[in-house]
Amino acid sequence: MIVRALTELGVDTIFGYPGGAVLPIYDELFKQNKIRHILVRHEQGATHAAEGYARTTGKPGVVLVTSGPGATNAVTGLTDAMLDSIPLICLTGQVARALIGNDAFQEADTVGITRPCTKHSYLVKETAKLPKIIYEAFWVAENGRPGPVVIDLPKDVQVEKAEYIRPNEAEHRTYHPQTVGEDAAIKVAIERLRKAKRPILYTGGGVINAGPEASKSLYDLAKKTNAPVTNTLMGLGAYPASDKQFLGMLGMHGTWEANHAMHDCDVMVCVGARFDDRVTGNIEQFSPGSFKIHIDIDLSSINKNVHVDLPIVGDAGVILKQLLAEWDAQNGSKTQPDLTPWWNQIERWRDRKCLSYKDQDDVIMPQKSLERLYELTKHLDPVVSTEVGQHQMWAAQFYGFDKPNRWLTSGGLGTMGYGFPAAVGAQIADPDRLVICIAGDASIQMNIQELSTAVQHNANVKIFIMNNEYMGMVRQWQDLNYDGRYSHSYSDSLPDFVKLAEAYGCTGLRVSHPDELDDTIRKMVETPGPVVVDCCVAKLENCFPMFAAGAKHTEIILSSDEIEPKDDSVIAMV
Amino acid sequence: MNETGTIEHHTISLIVDNEAGVLARVIGLFSGRGYNIESLTVAEVDSESQRSRITIVTSGTRMIIEQIKAQLDRIVSVSKVADLTIEGPHVSRDIALIKVAGEGEKRVEALRLADVFRARVVDSTSCSFVFELTGQAGKIDAFIELMKDLGLVEVARTGAVALSRGATGL
Ligand SMILES: Cc1ncc(C[n+]2csc(CCOP(=O)(O)OP(=O)(O)O)c2C)c(N)n1
Ligand SMILES: [Mg+2]
Repeated sequence: MIVRALTELGVDTIFGYPGGAVLPIYDELFKQNKIRHILVRHEQGATHAAEGYARTTGKPGVVLVTSGPGATNAVTGLTDAMLDSIPLICLTGQVARALIGNDAFQEADTVGITRPCTKHSYLVKETAKLPKIIYEAFWVAENGRPGPVVIDLPKDVQVEKAEYIRPNEAEHRTYHPQTVGEDAAIKVAIERLRKAKRPILYTGGGVINAGPEASKSLYDLAKKTNAPVTNTLMGLGAYPASDKQFLGMLGMHGTWEANHAMHDCDVMVCVGARFDDRVTGNIEQFSPGSFKIHIDIDLSSINKNVHVDLPIVGDAGVILKQLLAEWDAQNGSKTQPDLTPWWNQIERWRDRKCLSYKDQDDVIMPQKSLERLYELTKHLDPVVSTEVGQHQMWAAQFYGFDKPNRWLTSGGLGTMGYGFPAAVGAQIADPDRLVICIAGDASIQMNIQELSTAVQHNANVKIFIMNNEYMGMVRQWQDLNYDGRYSHSYSDSLPDFVKLAEAYGCTGLRVSHPDELDDTIRKMVETPGPVVVDCCVAKLENCFPMFAAGAKHTEIILSSDEIEPKDDSVIAMV
Repeated sequence: MNETGTIEHHTISLIVDNEAGVLARVIGLFSGRGYNIESLTVAEVDSESQRSRITIVTSGTRMIIEQIKAQLDRIVSVSKVADLTIEGPHVSRDIALIKVAGEGEKRVEALRLADVFRARVVDSTSCSFVFELTGQAGKIDAFIELMKDLGLVEVARTGAVALSRGATGL
C-alpha cells in the first residue's frame, strides 16, 4: 500500500536504511522496479541526500528509516530541512501498535521527538487510512512554506491488509495557505518602488522554493525597476551572479556594497527572506530609513525580527508576477526617478573591492582555490554543495550562480555533515551533471561514510576539501573574540584523505602548490567516479568581509589588519 | 525583536482538527518559543467534523501576540485562529470547584458569601463544602481570596472558555 501510494505520487527515489520495523516495506521495494532505493550508510546521510535531491529537482525528497535509532539519527536532517524550508517526507518504522508505550525494543517516541522539527507528523493507526495520509503528507510538505513531514508507521500497520482506496483529492482538509498577494498591497508596493530613489531587492530561499519561474520574474522585476539585487545565503542563484545589478550576498560575510546598499536604501523589497540575525546584525541599527516591503508565504516570518511597513503574504512567484503587472499598469519605468546617483554610490562601494585578498606564490590561498574552481567549472553549470565553515562562506562569495537550484548549503541550522550527502542526493537526481561538494577538513568527516554510498550508486560527486587543518570558522571566532586562544579547534590527527578515498574505491588527489591547482581541478572534473581532492590551503586565513554578531551591519571588517584588541563580552555562537 | 511595549493579555480561540498530537503541537509552540500560557482549555465541540476548540489566555507585547497568532496559524491542524480580545466584545467564563472546610461561624460565613457570589454547593459534609462557581476569572479570584480565611482546602479551575458576542461565530 505504501509503495503503491508513493509510486502514484511520482516518487522515483527513496533514500533509506533498513531495520526490523521497516522490513515489510523493504520487502515490497524488493518486489518492484519503479522506485529506486538508495542505500545510505547513516540515516542522517539519507535526510541530507533527500534535501539535496529536493533542492535540485523541486520535488520532495523521500526518506525511509527504521524505528528507534533509525528515526533519531534522522532528526538532524529533519531540523535542517525545517529551518531551510525543504520539502521532505520521512517514513519511519515504529513498533507494533500494541507495543507502543511499553519501551519495546527499538521504540522511540518518534512523533514526539520530531514534533518541533517537522512541519507536520502522522502516527498511522489504521491501515485503511494509509493512502490518504501519504497523499496528504506530500501536499503539506510542498504547499505553503515547504518543510519536512514525518509518517510514523507501526510494523503491524505495514503488514495488515486493507482495501486500497485511491485518494482523489490530495489536499489537506483545513490547511490552505494564502498564495496570491492582496491587490491593495501590491498597488502600494509599486507606488513606493516607483518613487524610490534608492531601491533594493533583497531576496532569499523563498524565491528558490517558488520554482524557477519565480527567479525569472525576479530578473524581470530587477530589469524593469533597475534596482540592485542582493541575495541571502539561501537565495543564491535566484538572480544571476554575473549580472551587473547583482551586489553579491549580504549579511555577516556579505559584500561591502550589499550591506551598505541595504543600510542606505529608501525602499527595500524583501522577497522570501526572513531578516535573519546573520543578515540584519544589530536590529536597532538595521537599515533605519527605509520603507520595508516583506513578501513571504509564512505570516509568522513577518514582523518576527524587524518591523516592516508593508507585509504581503503569498507565494513569491505569484506576487512577483503581480508586481510586474502592476509596475506596467502604473507606468513605472516612465515615472520613476533617475537612479544614476544611487548607482554611482554603489559603484563607489564596489570600488572598495571587499573580496580582495593577498595572494601568495608558495601556498594556495583558500579564496584563490575557489576562484580557480569557479573559472574552470562554471561552463559546466554544476551543482555545488558546501559543508559549514569558512569554506562555505568563501564558496558563497566566490562561486557565482546564474541559475537557481544549483546551490546547496545548510543556512538555517548550519549543519556540518550536510554538504557531502546533499551532493550525493543531487547527483542521484541528475547523474550526468557535475556535482561538486566544497568541504572543510572537519566537516567532511561528519558524514564521510557516504563515500561508500556514492561508490555503490555511481554518484560521481567531486569533493573539494579546502584543508586548512583547522575548524577554521571556530578558529576565526577565537581570533576575533577570544584573543586567539585556539581551544580545541585544531583538526588533529587528520586522516590522509587521498588514502581514505582510495580505501573506499574512489580517486584521491592532493594539491598544495598554487602552480598545480588548475591541473588538479581539471583532473578532478575529468576523472570518472567519485573524486576526493585534498586541497591544502593557507592554514590561518580568515574569512572577510565580516561584521561581528550583533554589530551594526555596516561595521564591516575587511581584513585581519583591521582587527582591534577584542572584548571578551562579545560572545556569540559559531 | 526588542521587548518594548506594554504587556497585554489576550484571549485566543482556535478551531483545530481533533487528531492525536495537535494539543502537543500547540503547547510545544508556547514552551519552545518561550511564550506564556495563562490558561488553556480544550474540548471537542463538533463530533461530526471532529473539531475541537482551544481557548488560550496569553500575555506579551503586541508584537509577541501577533507572532503567537501567526505561529499558531502555521500549525497544519489548526484551521482557525481568532483573537477575541481585539476582534470585539466577547464573553469569557471559568468554572471553579472550591473546597472549604470549617465549623461554626466560619462555615456560616462561607455559605453566606457563596450565596452572594452565586456559587452552588455541589458537595457537603458536616465540616466541609465544595462550591461550584462560574464567572470571569476576576470574580473567581475574589471568591477564592475570601475563602482563604474561612478554611480553603483546595481549588480546581478550568481556565477560560470564551466566545465572541453577537450572532456570528468563528
Ligand atoms: C554539527 C555541527 N557541529 C559543530 C558546528 C560548529 N562549527 C561551525 S563551523 C565549524 C568548523 C568547520 O571546520 P571545517 O569543516 O574544517 O571548515 P573551515 O571553517 O575550516 O573551512 C564548527 C565546528 C556546526 N556548525 N555543526
Ligand atoms: Mg578546516
